[in-house]
Order: sequence, then structure tokens, then C-alpha cells
Amino acid sequence: MLSLLWTDYLIFGLVIGCIALVFNTRSKLHLRRPWQKVFNSRVGVISFTVLLMFLLIGLLDSSRIQYQAVLESGEPSQQTEVLSVLDIMLSPLRTRVEKTYSAPFAHTAYAKEMVADAQGNKQWVYPRLKFAGAHLTQPELEKSADITAKILSGLLYGGLLWLGLFSLVLLASKDCSYRASSKGKKTVLWSLLLMFGVLGVLSQLAPYYHVLGTDKVGEDVLYQAIKSIRTGLVIGVITTIVMLPIAITLGLLAGFFSGWVDDLIQYLYTTLSSIPGVLLIAAAILMAQVYMANNPELFTSVEDRADMRLLLLCLILGITSWTGLCRLLRAETLKIREMDYVLAAQAVGVSRLKILKQHVLPNVMHLVMITVVLDFSGLVLAEAVLSYINIGVDPSSYSWGNMINSSRLEMAREPIVWWSLVAAFIFMFSLVLAANLFADVVRDAFDPREVS
Amino acid sequence: MINYIIRRLLYVLPVLVGVNILTFVLFFVVNSPDDMARMQLGDKHVSQAAVDNWKQQRGYDLPLLWNEQQQGLQRLEKTIFFEKSVGLFVFDFGVSDNGRDIMADISQRMWPSLAIAIPSLIFGVLANITFALLLIFYRGSYLESSGLFLCIALMSISGLFYIIAGQYFVGKLLALTPISGYVPGLDAFRFIVLPVFIGVVSGLGSGARWYRTLFLEEAAKDYVRTAKAKGLSELEVLFRHVLNNAMIPILTGIVVILPSLFMGSLIIESFFGIPGLGSYTIDAISSQDFAIVRAMVFLGSFLYIIGLLLTDISYTFVDPRVRLD
Repeated sequence: MLSLLWTDYLIFGLVIGCIALVFNTRSKLHLRRPWQKVFNSRVGVISFTVLLMFLLIGLLDSSRIQYQAVLESGEPSQQTEVLSVLDIMLSPLRTRVEKTYSAPFAHTAYAKEMVADAQGNKQWVYPRLKFAGAHLTQPELEKSADITAKILSGLLYGGLLWLGLFSLVLLASKDCSYRASSKGKKTVLWSLLLMFGVLGVLSQLAPYYHVLGTDKVGEDVLYQAIKSIRTGLVIGVITTIVMLPIAITLGLLAGFFSGWVDDLIQYLYTTLSSIPGVLLIAAAILMAQVYMANNPELFTSVEDRADMRLLLLCLILGITSWTGLCRLLRAETLKIREMDYVLAAQAVGVSRLKILKQHVLPNVMHLVMITVVLDFSGLVLAEAVLSYINIGVDPSSYSWGNMINSSRLEMAREPIVWWSLVAAFIFMFSLVLAANLFADVVRDAFDPREVS
Repeated sequence: MINYIIRRLLYVLPVLVGVNILTFVLFFVVNSPDDMARMQLGDKHVSQAAVDNWKQQRGYDLPLLWNEQQQGLQRLEKTIFFEKSVGLFVFDFGVSDNGRDIMADISQRMWPSLAIAIPSLIFGVLANITFALLLIFYRGSYLESSGLFLCIALMSISGLFYIIAGQYFVGKLLALTPISGYVPGLDAFRFIVLPVFIGVVSGLGSGARWYRTLFLEEAAKDYVRTAKAKGLSELEVLFRHVLNNAMIPILTGIVVILPSLFMGSLIIESFFGIPGLGSYTIDAISSQDFAIVRAMVFLGSFLYIIGLLLTDISYTFVDPRVRLD
């Protein structure tokens, strides 16, 4: 039984839209060629594969279903809860909650406690963790060998799975030879090997250890970091849907119709962009908070609330970020308006709207494409900063910004609790780096100036 | 020229009015002053008398846009919109929700902000230009491609990471600088070094790439080819011709952000505990002080527009072909 939130619907809608767009692009040579260029570059392919990986995790996390957990006794539990497919796949991570902090791969807790041993003697020691390393009898001696064995078997599984995929792909291709396959395909295969290896190792280790430690309430940090992927993607992607229609419509109109339309739109974007972005977002989020506090009946569950706030954040980010693209499109349209083919279309009596749609819009699409990919990474980074000032996503939802925010104060502890911070930064870095590298390749391929 | 400046200054007015209306709508129309009062006073079950008292102290007890009870122009003037907006235009920001004079706060907190922002800008621009020039100089080599990758990697690291890592390694482990804090006067130097350094490093990736595109555009021009053809060395071409001519976009790019330097950097200031305008704004946001946030929005947009105007004027100074009229 599906039970989706608003952002889930939007994400799925967007993915379907993108697939439709891909099929639409395939028939158009002037768009297909730059994309071919993108997928012939090694960096482009690798970063695209990484991005797809993140997207896949995000989609799994967006497919929410009513789920009846199975108790340890084997019976189904009484209450059903709404979980995402990802939650169910990560059940071992989700349910093994320790008491409080523990370091990565630790088998004992972070702080000493008074523990009574079998004889009833009380001792001031580091207590064993409830789940991590619980399968070992003498963790001090066995742990490193056990971890090594698990890593090796994970690599083996990953490698075998990859080999299976590899041979399938080769069999499916025309002449069954690796040498004949395109450069892009080869790169995809090799980057998949790396990912399968990482996934294999994680799948072997994660059920037995907290690979990235646990946080203050004992929740697995790896689980939190994976869950945060969806938030990052939602912010990067939905903001774009909000921004694009405004930017494209207003930019084209301002460039094409001079006079009062142009003046009005220019006034609009000067006004909006003159307000410091953070302040505008803060103001809007503050207002939303007051509104939500006054109308609690509209938001039934915590998840609903968090989702609404996420959606609102995307909306506001979209409203504040359309000005840059709009300015670009206006300038480009001004140039295109004077082109011979537009004048010719006007001369034979094509209506102005049709000229805009058929002659101007396709010729500014490269700008749109470049901006979309470039903005994505900026938005993911912005989320962390906004959550730090408490004007980002809801504190109850998983996000890298919230992870950083909540673990920031733990830096003062001795020994320091570094793993939450490092995990959030590594995940964020890999997503943003992939997006930035991809954006770079896309820009090179689409930007007519950089032909060299 | 003078005419142009006057015309542009007049254009500032409608923009500021627009900003004002927008923030007004955001703050007062979506949520009534009653809601704000309840939020400030903390409890949901605050008595109506307390709310009224709060509103009256801060002048929120008037109608929003139109006062029926007054005569003539007073109908427009005795409203929250009029009373709270007109003051902004003469930079009378009034009193914050917790009773402090906003203008006094701003003029006092401006200096620490500038103490961070100006060195960050200067060293940032120098570092970016140096890095970009190196990239251009080693064009086509592995040094360039790895440098470009470094730029992208630097861009992909969250700004928060630079700050936290800097505070931890430089401030805590090496104990070279204080982790956070600020004192006025010359002694401030100790406290400024780290934030400035982090500001420079975190901007290096995108900054160097931006300057590189400027230089590349310039290096593709005919006069550069001529200079090379007549036998100038790569270095001479780079410094005497490319850098010189790229100065126009570089300078105008700096001028546009000069006024906004007053606003300070939100994140760096609040992380390093610097009592500047950036942390002032953050504090206002977290304590939900609408008066301060509105004042800062107004100030920020005013400075932004002044920056745009200064850019246009600076074109006439650095590029004799540009005439404003």
C-alpha cells in the first residue's frame, strides 16, 4: 500500500518528466550531439553514474509503503508503520539503536559506565555495545581479523555481482566483445565495479558494526547519512522546477517585448535580487513557523509537517533564485530577436507567441540546461548552511545540515565525536563533487563559445 | 554623467519601496501582529491584555494599511505600514523588539564586520588572481587539468567544513589563534587571522575559475596574438597585456560587492563569535526579532543597489569608451 508525501509525488513526477525529455531529445540532432559529447568524456560518465546512484537511493527512499514489521518471534507486529523501501532494506541499520555515542567500528560505548559483572561486582568500565560487535566473544583479539574477513568477502560479493552484470552487458551488446564497446560503456562498467565493491563491503560490515559510529541517541550515523540523500536531492531538484517556469517565461518576455513589459520584469528582478537571499529565506521560514504554530490542525503528523516545510523551503529557494537565469535569458533573447530567422518568421506573419515558442526558446535551452546542472550543487550546499541557522529543513528530518548542526557542539568533547560531522561532509562532498564535475562537462558540451 | 546618477538614484526609490512592500507582506499580512506577539511572549495561552500591551509598546496596535478612524491623509499615515516603513527611508530603524536602538547597534557592529570583510576581499582577490594566472600560464599541461580539478573539489566542499576544520586544526590542535571571540583595537588581529584565512580558502575554487574565464577570454583576442608574434615572452604577455586588460571586469566585479561588505558574513561571524552585522542578523533571525530583520533587509538591498550604481560609474573611469548619459 503506497502512502506518499507531497515531495515524493513531485520527485516521481519529475523523474517521469525527465525520461520523457530523454526520449524527446533522442530525435533532435542539435540536442543529441552535445549529450553524446558529455557521455563520451570519462569524467562525465563517472560523475553521471555516481549521480544516478544517489538518485536511485533517493527514489527508494521516496517510495513509502505501509509496512508491517515482523517481530523477532516471527509474528507480524500489531501496528503498521509507513516506511520507505530504503528503510526496509536498511532495517538492520535502522533498528539497532545503541544507548548513545559510539565510535566507528567500536564494540564498546564512548563513555565509561558503572557495570555489574557476573559476580555482582561493580566496575567503572567501557560497557559493551548492545549490537555492534556483539557476535564476537573476545572483541580485542578477534575484531581486526573479523573486519578484514568481512571486507574481503564484501569485495568478493561485489566483484562477483559486477562480473555477472559485466557479462550480461557484453552478451546483450551486438558483437559480444569488450573491445568493440564504446568508451562511455567501458567507463560505466569500471566505475560500477568501484561502487559494487563499496556496496559489497558496506553490506557485509553494516549488520555487525556501526561503520560510521552512532550519534547522541545511539542511531547509526551511516543510516542517517544515507537517509539525508533524499533531502539533498529534493532541495536540489524541486527548487529547479519552481524556478524554471518563472525564469524562462519572464526572461523570454522581457527580452522579446521591450517597453513596459521589459521595464516591469527588470524592476521585479532587481527588487528581488537586491534583498539578501538568506534574509528573505529566513523571513519566509519564520512566517511559515508562526503559521504552522497557529494552525496545527492542518498538519497531522510530524512527517507531514517536515515535508511541508521542506516543500516550502524549495518554493522559497526557487523564488529567490530565478533572477540570475532570468537575466541571462533576457540578454540572450535580446540578441536572438534581431536574428534573420526571427525577422523572417515575423515577415511571413508567424504569431509572436509562436515565434517565442519555436524560434527563441529552443535556442536558449543550452543556457537553461547549464544553469540547472550548476545550480543543483549550490543548492545542496546551501541546505547545510540554512539548516545550521535553523532556517533550513525541519529539525526532525534527516539532512546533512541537521547532522552537522547537531554534532557541531560535540567537537568540544574529549575524545572528540568527529564521525557525524565527517560522515555528513563526505556524503555531501561526493554528491556535490559529482554534480559539479558533471556540470562542468555539460557546460563544455553545450556552451557554443568553448568550441576549442 | 550627473544626470545619469540622479536618474539612477531616483530609480532606487521604487526598488526600495518594492522591497518594503515585500517584507511588509511577509511579516505582517501572512501573520497578524497578534501572532507575532504570542510568539515573542512565548506562550500560546498568553492573555489578550499582555498581547495588547506588547503591541502598543511597539506600535503594532494600528491597522495594517488603512485607518478608518482618522481623517484625511491621517488614514494612510496612522498605519503600521506607514509608520514602520517611512522611517527606514531616512535610515531611522527605530527600536528592536527587545528595546534596543537598532541604528546604534548597527553603527557599532559595522566595524568588526568590516575588519573581517575588507582583508578577506583583498587577500581573496589576490589569491584568486594568482591561482588563475598560474592556471593560464601552465595551459594545456597536466598542472592545469589537476589545478582545475582542485578548483572543482574546493568548490564542492561545504563552507561549514572549512570553518569547522579550521577551528579544530588551527585553533584547537595547533593553538595558533583563538578559536573564537573578538576584541576591539589592534589586538583584534589575533582574532581576525583565522576567519580571513578561511574566507579566502573557501572562495578560492569558484573565484579562481571565474578569473580564469576572464583571462581566457582576454587571451583569445587579437592583440595578444600580436604581442606573442612580435616575440614577447609568455610571462610578459600575461602580466603586461592580459592582466592589464582584464582589470576592467575585475575592478567592476569588486566594486559591485563593496557596499555589501558592511553586511558582513553571516556564517563566519556567527561561528567565530565576532560581534558584527552578520551575527547580529543571525541572532535576530533566531530570536525572531522582526524589527531588526526588516532593518537589515532594507539596508542590504539599499547597499546592493548602490553597488550596482557604483559599478556603472566605475566603468566610465576604467574604460574610456563607456559614456553614461
